[in-house]
Amino acid sequence: MPLTVTDLHKSYGATEVVRGISFQLQPGECFALLGPNGAGKTTTLRCVLGHTEPSAGRIELCGLPVPARAREARVRVGVVPQNDSLDPDFTVTENLLVFARYFGIPATAARARVPDLLAFAGLEAKADAKVPTLSGGMKRRLTMARALVANPDLLIMDEPTTGLDPQARHLIWDRLKGLISQGKTLLLTTHFMDEAERLAHRIAILDRGQIIAMGTPREVIAEHIEPQVVEVFGEWAGHEGGAAAWAATHAAQFSSRFEVSGETAFCYVQDADVLLAHLAAQGGLRYLHRPANLEDVFLKLTGREMRDE
Amino acid sequence: MSKLFVPLDLSPRRALAVWQRNLKVWSRLAIPSLLGNLADPLIYLLGLGLGLGALLPQVQGVSYISFLATGTVAFSTMNAATFEALYSGFARAHQQKTWEAIMNAPLSLDDVLIGEVLWAATKSLFSGSAILLVITVFGLASWQHALMALPLVLLTGLCFAGIGFIATSLAPGYDFFMYWFTLFISPMAMLCGVFFPLEQLPAFIQGAALVLPLGHAIGAIRPLLLHGEVSGLWLHVLVLLSYALCGVAIARVLMRRRLLR
Repeated sequence: MPLTVTDLHKSYGATEVVRGISFQLQPGECFALLGPNGAGKTTTLRCVLGHTEPSAGRIELCGLPVPARAREARVRVGVVPQNDSLDPDFTVTENLLVFARYFGIPATAARARVPDLLAFAGLEAKADAKVPTLSGGMKRRLTMARALVANPDLLIMDEPTTGLDPQARHLIWDRLKGLISQGKTLLLTTHFMDEAERLAHRIAILDRGQIIAMGTPREVIAEHIEPQVVEVFGEWAGHEGGAAAWAATHAAQFSSRFEVSGETAFCYVQDADVLLAHLAAQGGLRYLHRPANLEDVFLKLTGREMRDE
Repeated sequence: MSKLFVPLDLSPRRALAVWQRNLKVWSRLAIPSLLGNLADPLIYLLGLGLGLGALLPQVQGVSYISFLATGTVAFSTMNAATFEALYSGFARAHQQKTWEAIMNAPLSLDDVLIGEVLWAATKSLFSGSAILLVITVFGLASWQHALMALPLVLLTGLCFAGIGFIATSLAPGYDFFMYWFTLFISPMAMLCGVFFPLEQLPAFIQGAALVLPLGHAIGAIRPLLLHGEVSGLWLHVLVLLSYALCGVAIARVLMRRRLLR
């Protein structure tokens, strides 16, 4: 198995940031760890890579126990860290060549691999550009290419698209889908639900150091939430208080569950027809009908309040 | 809390890759870098050596400029190793996350730290060698003696690189390094006989040179360059080596606490 994590715990002083996490990656699957800031995603990855010692639990990475044999295990793993850690003193190509040396790849073999890696990253035209001249999206693609330098079985990515514009995100997603279709195993963390829904075969939602839901995106949605959502917002003709006032008096009658957040009422329903007919008859109220998604599950399970680290 | 005292996890081949990375960066700036490293000591050497030297009779049986030049070799080597370990080391270890990236490859913290210490020592060897070359050209020391001094220059570099990384592992930012220089490096230059013989200082201060690493670097390098032989060479070597090893051992614990928590 590419990765098996069993009952992982990690404490800093009296604070337990990872509280008994277990999951296993199947070869060739894309597995996403979702969670709000401070849920323990990055700490879990640090434990998995052997960068910090777990307080308790077992980790097996590419068949080797971690942290005891983490260094050997990392030979088979490519890592895309959250922070830009490209070497600013080097060009795009040199970044790849220097990194290949850390894996003990001979210079000629590394050189032969560079064109493929540049093509993967879409950076052929930037082969000799210095890293500080690259855009954020290019840097992230180069970091991905760098992670592939030793042709790893498993790729671990910490928030691969955070901070990128939509064009750059889509380009990264294309690359990730390409890797999945090549049969690579991917472990990624994200707090973009659409990213997880789009890419991951399976997801685990992490909150306060524990996995609170795990399965395919469809399974998780089906298990935790009604299939349809109607968001109601705007003014309510002839009434004070707009959508919130409407929700207080009517939402419970038409939906199996509802929440009011700010100016918007979220109504979760098995079948939206009756609710939609009712809303169409109300003046002023605006509404959006859509299928439930991971974000709804995520907000239901982890709450709507802000999480500041 | 992770364990702080763990057995050494060193792969010489991987540590060499870190050393090669730094060499590659340096090699394209080698000439300006060497000239920069030479300029400062040469200004001191010519200014003090010629200006002050004209006022002084012989010092310890040699001209003042010879006395100063041989001390400058150790002093500049110390400075080169210290600057590399502190400022450049800090950039790579913390600011630009180079160490973090490298440790995602199959390298341990020990590989990276030891590769870095060896690199800082190597760079200071380049610096020290450049000064030795100038001294030899000026006829202040014979080239045979200069060649014999190279291992001692490297050892001096190792010593200050090793203890320099203690500062790098503790520093919250670049400003912190001012303390290292004002509290440690600069006083050492005065207490260890770079510019004037130790005998000029009160006896109780002279004792400081017996424990401070620069005193031993100068104690070995100066007589070797001037006379081709050193009394008590092995004591000097032992002290410098101990400083280097203790420095690395302490930096290792501190870096582990900071980077692998």
